[in-house]
Amino acid sequence: MTSIATAGASVSEQHAAIAGARPWQRLVLLGIGLVVALGLPWFVYPPVAMDIAAWALFAVALDLLLGYCGLLSFGHAAFWGGSAYATGLIAIHLGVPFPVAVLGGALFAMVLAVPIGYLSVKRSGIYFAMVTLAFAQMLFFIANQASSLTGGENGLQGVPRSFFGIEAVETDSFFFYYAALPIILLGMWAAWRIVHSPFGRVLVAIRDNAPRARALGYDVERYKLIVFVLSAGLSGLAGGVFAVSHGFVALPELHWATSGEVVLMTVLGGIGTLWGGVIGAGLIVMLADYLASSGFDGIGIVTGTVFVTVVLLFRRGIWGTARHMWLSRRSS
Amino acid sequence: MNAVLQYTVQGLAAGSFYALAALGLAVIFGVLGVVNFAHGAFYMLGAVAAAVLLDTVGMSLWLALIVVPLLMLVFGMLVERLLVRWLLPLDPLYNLLLTFGLTLLLVDLVKRRYGVSGLPYERPSALDGRVQLAGVGLPVYQLFVIGVALLVCLGVWLLMTRTRVGMIVRAATERPELAGALGINVGRWVTPVFGFGVALAGLAGVLAAPFRAITAEMGSDFIIILFAVVVIGGLGSIVGAVVGGFLVGLVEAFGQAYAPTFAQVLIFVLMAVVVLARPAGLFGREEATA
Repeated sequence: MTSIATAGASVSEQHAAIAGARPWQRLVLLGIGLVVALGLPWFVYPPVAMDIAAWALFAVALDLLLGYCGLLSFGHAAFWGGSAYATGLIAIHLGVPFPVAVLGGALFAMVLAVPIGYLSVKRSGIYFAMVTLAFAQMLFFIANQASSLTGGENGLQGVPRSFFGIEAVETDSFFFYYAALPIILLGMWAAWRIVHSPFGRVLVAIRDNAPRARALGYDVERYKLIVFVLSAGLSGLAGGVFAVSHGFVALPELHWATSGEVVLMTVLGGIGTLWGGVIGAGLIVMLADYLASSGFDGIGIVTGTVFVTVVLLFRRGIWGTARHMWLSRRSS
Repeated sequence: MNAVLQYTVQGLAAGSFYALAALGLAVIFGVLGVVNFAHGAFYMLGAVAAAVLLDTVGMSLWLALIVVPLLMLVFGMLVERLLVRWLLPLDPLYNLLLTFGLTLLLVDLVKRRYGVSGLPYERPSALDGRVQLAGVGLPVYQLFVIGVALLVCLGVWLLMTRTRVGMIVRAATERPELAGALGINVGRWVTPVFGFGVALAGLAGVLAAPFRAITAEMGSDFIIILFAVVVIGGLGSIVGAVVGGFLVGLVEAFGQAYAPTFAQVLIFVLMAVVVLARPAGLFGREEATA
C-alpha cells in the first residue's frame, strides 16, 4: 500500500531529487522563487499577495508534517488561528512592533502544540487526523466562549501594524508586504533546513518504516512530537502575519474548514514536495479572491470539486507531477 | 432529582442522533476502512430531504422516516460506486480527503439552493407536548427519538448477530484479517454497507429535522462530535459507537445544564482522557502497528 506521504513523488524519486538535483538547478529555482516573491505585490493586489505568502508558509509547514513524517493533521487551524489571536492580543495590548508580536504568536502556537501533539502522536494514520481535528475544534469552542478576550463572534478587532514608526509600512499594504516577507521566507528556510538535516532524514525513516526506525533506537514518538511542534511554530508565523495583515482575527481562522483548506493546498501542490504547497496556496487564494470579487458565493462547490478531482485523478499534485516528468525525462 | 431525570432524557435524545450516525460510521469504517468525513453532510441531507418532502409533497414524518433513509441508501451506494471505490486500495487517508471535499461541495450546494436561514419543519401533533413521569414533564418528541434510536440499534444488533450478512459484516469489522483468512468474500458487501451507513446518517437527520435548526451547516459541528464519539468508543467497534454516542449526548446535556460555558469542551476533555488512558477507545482493539 502506498502511503499518502509519498504520493507527490515515489520514495526513490524523492531521494533522486535530494541527491541528484544539480546545484545550478537549485539556484535557478531559488532565483525564480525569490523573483516571484518580490514581484508579487506589483501584479496582485498587495493584501492578496500577503494572503498568498502567509498561506504558502502554512502549507509548507503542513507538508513538513504530512510529507516528511507521514502525519496528516486535520487540526492545524489550531496553530494558525491560535497564533493569529495571540499575535493580535500581543499587538493590541503591548503595542510592540509587529514582527515581535508574530514571534510571540508563533511561540504560543508551539506551546499549544505540546499537549495536543503529545496526545495525538499516540495514534497514527487516520486516528491522528481525527484526534488533531477534534482538539482543534475544542480550541474553536473555547475561543468562541472566551469572548471577553477574543471578541467571540465579532472577532478580535483593531490589530495594529506598528513597525518602528515607519508610516509607509504601517498604513500601506504594499510596503507592509515587504516588511512581512522576511518572516515568511525565514519560515520557509527553516522548513527546508529541517528537511535537509540529519533530523529530517530520521523523520523520513520513521515515515517509511516506523518499526524499523524504532528498532534502530530512535524514539519515534519523540521525533513525531518535535516535528509536530516545529510545524505548529511555522504555521503560527504564517497565522500571525495573516492576522496583522488583515488587522483583525475572526473565529473561522480556528475552524476545521481552515485546516481542510491548507490540506487542500498541500495536496494540490503535491504532498512531500515542500514547495508544492506554495503553488497550491497561490492558486487557491487567487481562485477564492476571483470568486469572491465576481460575486459567486458557493466557493465550497469549487474547492470541493478541486479536492475530489485532485484526490481521484491527480494525486502527485502539481509540483510532484512536474518533478516526476522532469526526472523520468532525464533518466530515459 | 427531577432535573436529573429531565437532563438524562435530553442527553439520551441528543445521544440518539450521535449513536445512530456513529453506528453508520462504524460499519463503514469496519468494512471499507474508510473514515467518512461526509457523514455530517449526509446527516444534513437527511434533514433537508425530510423538510423538502414535507414542503413539496406533504410527506409526513412517519413516511419520511422510511423513505429518506432509502433515498440515502441509494445515494450512498452511488457515492461508493462512483468515487470512494477508486481509492479503496490506497492509503485510507485519501478517502478521508475525498469525503472532506464532498462535504464542502454538498454543504455549499444546499446553501445555494435553500439559503442559510434554515428550513421550517412542523412536528406532527401526536409527538407534541409532554408526558408526566414521576412528577416531571418530559417532551414526547425526545422520548420518541430515544425509542426509535433504541429500536434501530436493536434491529441492527439482530441483523448483525442473527443473519449471515450481519455475521460477515461483523467479522469484517471486528477482525478483518481473520475474516479474510477464512475466505469470506468481504468485497461484495462493500457497496451495500456503505449505503447502509449513509442511510443511518440520513435517518438521524430525519429524526433531527423537527428538533434542530435545518441548515446546510447543521452537519459541520455534528461530524466533529461524531469523530469524538468514535474515538471514545473505539473506531472499529459497533458497541462502542452506540455507547459512545449516548455517553457523549449525556455529557453534553449535563454540561449544558451545570457548566454551560464548558459544555462543548467537556466532550473533548472526555476524549483526551480516553486517548490517554485507552488509546484504542473504550471498546476498541489496539491497532496493528503500521
